[in-house]
Amino acid sequence: MPVTVKTFTSTNEAAAALSSDRSARYLGGGTLVMRALNEGDISISTVIRASDQAMTRIVTSGARIVLGAGVTFARILAERDLAFLHAPARSIGGPAVRNMGTVGGNLFAPVPYGDFTVAMLALDAVVSVQGGLGGREIGIEEFLQSRDRQTGVLVLAISFAKPGSADAFRYRKIARIKPKGGAVITLAAHLPVNGSRIVGARVALGSMAPTPIRARAAERALEGRPLDTSTINAAAAAAVEGTSPGDNALASAWYRREIVGVHLRRLLSGQE
Amino acid sequence: MAKTPLQFQHNGRDVAIFVDGGTNLLVALRELIGDMTPKFGCGQGGCGTCSVLIDGELHLSCLTLAETVAGRTVETLDGIKDGPNLHPLQRAFADNFAAQCGYCTPGMLIAAKALLDRNPQPSRAEVVEAISGNICRCTGYEPIINAVLAAASGGRARA
Ligand SMILES: Cc1cc2nc3c(=O)[nH]c(=O)nc-3n(C[C@H](O)[C@H](O)[C@H](O)COP(=O)(O)OP(=O)(O)OC[C@H]3O[C@@H](n4cnc5c(N)ncnc54)[C@H](O)[C@@H]3O)c2cc1C
Ligand code: FES
Ligand code: FES
Repeated sequence: MPVTVKTFTSTNEAAAALSSDRSARYLGGGTLVMRALNEGDISISTVIRASDQAMTRIVTSGARIVLGAGVTFARILAERDLAFLHAPARSIGGPAVRNMGTVGGNLFAPVPYGDFTVAMLALDAVVSVQGGLGGREIGIEEFLQSRDRQTGVLVLAISFAKPGSADAFRYRKIARIKPKGGAVITLAAHLPVNGSRIVGARVALGSMAPTPIRARAAERALEGRPLDTSTINAAAAAAVEGTSPGDNALASAWYRREIVGVHLRRLLSGQE
Repeated sequence: MAKTPLQFQHNGRDVAIFVDGGTNLLVALRELIGDMTPKFGCGQGGCGTCSVLIDGELHLSCLTLAETVAGRTVETLDGIKDGPNLHPLQRAFADNFAAQCGYCTPGMLIAAKALLDRNPQPSRAEVVEAISGNICRCTGYEPIINAVLAAASGGRARA
């Protein structure tokens, strides 16, 4: 069934159109929306686009990095200032998917997708959204927890503080097929250090619940401690706590629970 | 439902068509323009045989809303040959037995062209990465990788 395509130059108008029509879907890179349309998804009758330049802007000059929701993974890979995000960006799809897929779309991508969002969660990102009644900022964790109810809002941008050192941010996607397979699990950690102790530990996991989640028990095991063997072991042992992975063609829930601690140990100890 | 007018450059030529809302670029190219070189494999982004270059960048035409290419350039396999002469990549695919049924070949050639346009002397790993979104069900990847390396500038590809 044909759909109506509405393109707006202003994000305000796009947001108003999106929030007033339950069958409207915003089109980012289209890698998931177009697949749904190709498969005859009749729940979509309107496609909304916004050509506003703000949607594709990247700000790296200050202490906070801002990525417009329409920024593609290929754009991130072309930015030297975003080198710490190259591993998550490169881990997504093949080259064509990276040229098309956006960071905004990734926030909504169901398991096994959402790899970039796992990195954003470990960086405590803030999501700027525009609803029918105005704009607001939501912490990414809260955004993800209420993701099912966010369908009528337009994501404008995502922002976060630049990690203090290159070593503080770590990312790993576990896949069976390389270089392009879907994730068995995805892990990201942000471990800022004060003196020799970790302050503000963040560990995020993908494919361990219906949306990316924080591994809070592992974070508690890391907080205030030096990153030594006993801390790493304690964090690895706690990694599975609070997770609720599902079974899919890539791995069973049981397997995901078995390996999450192993991979967190490797990530924290810098092993390949 | 009203159709939407759409103009873009297709292999160096201006085209103007009318599309239904939600039409993907692959359908527009094949059914409305008659360029059968991009193939329909999966319609899900999984196989890469529908690959095209949009403003020189590799995209999957099955996942591209046709209307989004308004005013842009779209290049398909049909546009890469130089008049009656085969493109060096096409010649290398023939010489290296890199095609069997040929279904993946248009997408493989376009993905390889996107790589060589940017990086004329890629390493083997870079070739593997460049075609990682393309599935071949018959020949296998080795002859395809070898063909791309052979076509890379002057055949002097890095190991
Ligand atoms: C072959 C293939 C391989 C893939 N591999 C991976 C992978 O390895 N890892 C991974 O994480 N993902 C993967 N994906 C999924 C997808 O490409 C990415 O998750 C991508 O980031 C989605 O972004 P998009 O802009 O294309 O989303 P779209 O398809 O445009 O949108 C997806 C959803 O997000 C909503 N949306 C998009 N932008 C906004 C916005 N600004 N505001 C509000 N809502 C918005 C849409 O309405 C829709 O519901 C793959 C997809 C394919 C087809
Ligand atoms: S037909 Fe487009 S990727 Fe398979
Ligand atoms: S040659 Fe048949 S799919 Fe590749």
